[in-house]
Amino acid sequence: MIPELGHLALIFALILATAQAAMPLAGSLTGNRPWMTMARPLAYGQFVFVAIAFVALVEAFLISDFSVLYVAQHSNTLLPDIYKVSAVWGGHEGSLLLWALMMSGWGAAVSAFSRNLPLPVVARVLSVMGMVAIGFFLFMLLTSNPFERLFPVPPEGRDLNPLLQDFGLAIHPPMLYMGYVGFSVAFAFAIAALIGGKLDAAWARWSRPWTTVAWVFLTIGIALGSWWAYYELGWGGWWFWDPVENASLMPWLVGTALIHSLAVTEKRAAFKSWTVLLAISAFSLSLLGTFLVRSGVLTSVHAFATDPERGLFILIFLCIVIGGSLALYAWRAPEVSEGGRFDLLSRESALLLNNLLFVAFTVLVLFGTLAPLIYEAFDLGKISVGFPWFNKMFLALAPFLALLLGIGPATRWKSDQPSRLTKQLWLAFALSIGVLTLTSMSAVSGDDLWVPIGIALAAWLLFSHLLIVRDRLKHKQQGWRQAMVADFSGNGRSFYGMVVAHLGVAMFIVGVTMVSNHQIEKDLRMSPGDSHEMAGYRFEFLGAQKVNGPNYRADQGHFLVYRGERQIAELFPEKRSYLGGGMPMTEAAIDAGFFRDVYVSLGEAVGGGDWALRLYYKPYVRWIWLGAALMALGGAIAVSDRRYRIARARSTAPAGAVGAKA
Amino acid sequence: MKARQKRLVLVGLALVGVAGATTLALSALQSNISYFFSPSQVMASEHPTDAVFRVGGLVVKDTLARQEDGLTVHFKVTDNAAVVPVSYTGILPDLFSEGQGVVAKGRIGTDGVFYAEEVLAKHDESYMPPEVADTLQTAHVDGIVEQTTGANTPRSATQ
Repeated sequence: MIPELGHLALIFALILATAQAAMPLAGSLTGNRPWMTMARPLAYGQFVFVAIAFVALVEAFLISDFSVLYVAQHSNTLLPDIYKVSAVWGGHEGSLLLWALMMSGWGAAVSAFSRNLPLPVVARVLSVMGMVAIGFFLFMLLTSNPFERLFPVPPEGRDLNPLLQDFGLAIHPPMLYMGYVGFSVAFAFAIAALIGGKLDAAWARWSRPWTTVAWVFLTIGIALGSWWAYYELGWGGWWFWDPVENASLMPWLVGTALIHSLAVTEKRAAFKSWTVLLAISAFSLSLLGTFLVRSGVLTSVHAFATDPERGLFILIFLCIVIGGSLALYAWRAPEVSEGGRFDLLSRESALLLNNLLFVAFTVLVLFGTLAPLIYEAFDLGKISVGFPWFNKMFLALAPFLALLLGIGPATRWKSDQPSRLTKQLWLAFALSIGVLTLTSMSAVSGDDLWVPIGIALAAWLLFSHLLIVRDRLKHKQQGWRQAMVADFSGNGRSFYGMVVAHLGVAMFIVGVTMVSNHQIEKDLRMSPGDSHEMAGYRFEFLGAQKVNGPNYRADQGHFLVYRGERQIAELFPEKRSYLGGGMPMTEAAIDAGFFRDVYVSLGEAVGGGDWALRLYYKPYVRWIWLGAALMALGGAIAVSDRRYRIARARSTAPAGAVGAKA
Repeated sequence: MKARQKRLVLVGLALVGVAGATTLALSALQSNISYFFSPSQVMASEHPTDAVFRVGGLVVKDTLARQEDGLTVHFKVTDNAAVVPVSYTGILPDLFSEGQGVVAKGRIGTDGVFYAEEVLAKHDESYMPPEVADTLQTAHVDGIVEQTTGANTPRSATQ
C-alpha cells in the first residue's frame, strides 16, 4: 500500500510541476498577478509530494519490503539500518528520486528565500524549475519507477553493492546531486532573465549566492567521491579521469568559471551574455553527466548496470534543454546592453582569462571523455583515452591558472597600473622564486622539476594572498588582528571567503604535486612473519585470520608498521565476501596522517598462509581533500556575506556598477 | 577606437590560445589512445605489434592459473570464436572471475601472449563493458543475453 502511495505522490508532483511550469510564466507575460502568486504554493506542494514519495521508499527499505523490485535489488535483511537508508540512492531509480527530492527542495528554498525579489522574476524562475522537474518526473514515471512491484515476492533481497556500503559513499551522492541540481537554480535564473529580457547587475546579485551554494555542494561531493575511491577501491588512486568522474568535474569547472563571471556581472555589469551562457552550460553539463553515467555509452570503471532506453530519454531531454535554452539565448542575448568598459590590465581582464582557462579545460575534458564516441562514430576504431593524456592537459593549463590566481585578486576593477601591481606583489614573487630555487636543488633530472614548480606555485598563492589581505587592511587604524575581525564581521565575508578558497587551491596543488611525484606503490607476496621496508617504513605481516561481520565474512590481515624502531601503526586490511551476493570486496587499511598515509590492501590468498598484497606510501595525499574542503569553506563564507542579507532586505537592487572591492 | 583595438587583442590572444591548445591536445591524444580488439581480431593479427592496445571478452573457465611468485596470473580471454592467452602481474580487481567479461590493456609478446599492464575492474557484477558486449554479439553468442538480463532478477541469499 505504501509504495502505491509513493507512486501516486510522484504523479501528483508531476501534475503540480506542470502547473508550476505553465501558470506563473503565463501570468508573468500577461501581467496576471494571481497566476504569478501560484508559483510559490505550487513549488511547496511539489516538494511535499516528492518528500512523501521519498519517505515511502525509505520506509520500504527499512521494513525490507521485497515486493518492491527496487528494494529487492538493492537491500537485504542483514544490511545495517544506516545502509538501508543509503541504499535508497544506491541504484538508478532511487538516485533519481533523490535528485527529484533535491530539485523540488531547491524550488521550495527559492520560494522561501526570495521574498524581496520582484514577483515576475520569482514566477519565471520557479516556472523554469518546474519545466526541468517535469522532465525528471516523466523520466522516473516512464522509464525508472522506483515503486515497481515484484511477484512472486522473493524471501531475501539481493543486497546493496558492497562498495556502496560505506559512510563516505552514503553521503557522496546527496552532496553531488545537491551540486548538480543546484546549478538548475542558476540555470532557471538565467533563463528567467532571458525571458524577461532584463539582464542586469541585480539579476547577477540574486543568482550569485544560489550558484555559490550549489558549487560548494558539488565541490564537497567530488572531494568525497575522490576520497571514497581512494580508500574503498583499494587502488590507492584519488582520481582516474574516468568518464563518470569527468562527468562531475565538467559542471564543476564551468561552475567555477560561472561564480567568477557572476562577480564581474554583479560588480561591473559586464560579461552579461557570457555569464548566461555559462549558467546554461553548467546545468547542461550536469545533464550530460547524467546521460553518460546512465546510458552506458562509455566504458567506465565506475559504471553500474545501464539501460539504453533510459539513455535515449535523457539524450532527448538534454537536446530539448540545450536546444531550447540556446535558441532563447540567440533570440534574446543581442538585446542585452554592453557592460562597463575595462582596460587590458584590470580585474575584469584577469577574470576573463580565468574563465577562458576554465572553459578551455572543460572543453579538453569533454573532448577526452567523448573521444571514444567520436572515433566510433567515424568508424576509426574503438579507443580509450589514457589518463596520461588528461594529466598532460591539466599540467599544461594549471600553472597558468595558478600564476594568474596570485595576480587576479590584487588587480583593481576597471583599470590598473603595472607599476602599482608590481609594488604590491614583488615580495610574493621574490619569495616564491626563492622557494623554487631551494626546492629545485635536489632535482636530478628535468622530470623532477614538477615538484619545485608545484611547491613554488603554491607558495606564490600563499604569499600573494597574504599581501592582498595586508593591502586591504593597510588603512585601518587598529592592529591587524582587530582590523581583520572587524572587516570579517562587517562587509568582508566574500573577500575572506575568496582568500580561503584560493588558499585551498594552494593546498590542493601541494597535495597533487607531492603524491604524484613521491608516492610509492608495491605489489608483493608476503608470508606470515615477513617484513618489507619502504620509504623508511617497515611493514611486518603477522598473518591473516577469519572474522565475521554483520553481513559478510572476511579474511583479516594483521600488520605492524614501524618507523625506525618505533611501532607507529597496527593495520587490519580485509578481504570480504558478502553473504547477499557473494561479491568479494577489498577493504584497505590506512594509517592516515597530515603529511603522509601508509596503506595496506590485501589481494588474494596464494596458499600456505601467504598473501598477495599491495603496500602504498602516499605523501601529502590528505592535502588534496583538505584543499577541496577549504575551497568549499571559502564558498560558504562568501555566501554569508552581509550584502546578500542586505540585498534581501531591500526590494530594489542598486543600478549599474559599483566600484567596490571584493 | 581604443576599446576596439583592445577587444581585437583579446580575441586574437584567445584564438591563438585555442589553436595552440587544440594542436597540442590532438597530437598528445595520438600517443595516448589505445584501440580495442576482440580475440578474433588478435588471432587474425589485426592488432598493432608495437603499441599498447586493449583486448576484451569473457574469461574462459578453468584457465585462471597463479604462477610461482604468487603475483603473476595467467588466464585466457575469448569471444567464443577465438582465444587469447593473457599474463598479468599484480593484484586483480575484486570482481575478476572466470566466465565474466573483462578488458585488459597491454601489448602482445613475441610468444603470442598478451602481457596486460592493467585489467579493468567493474563496480557491479551485472555491468558489461560495451566493447565486450559488442564483441560477443558479433560472434553471435547467446550467452551474453543471459549475462546482461540475468542480473535484473533478484536472487535469493541461499545462492
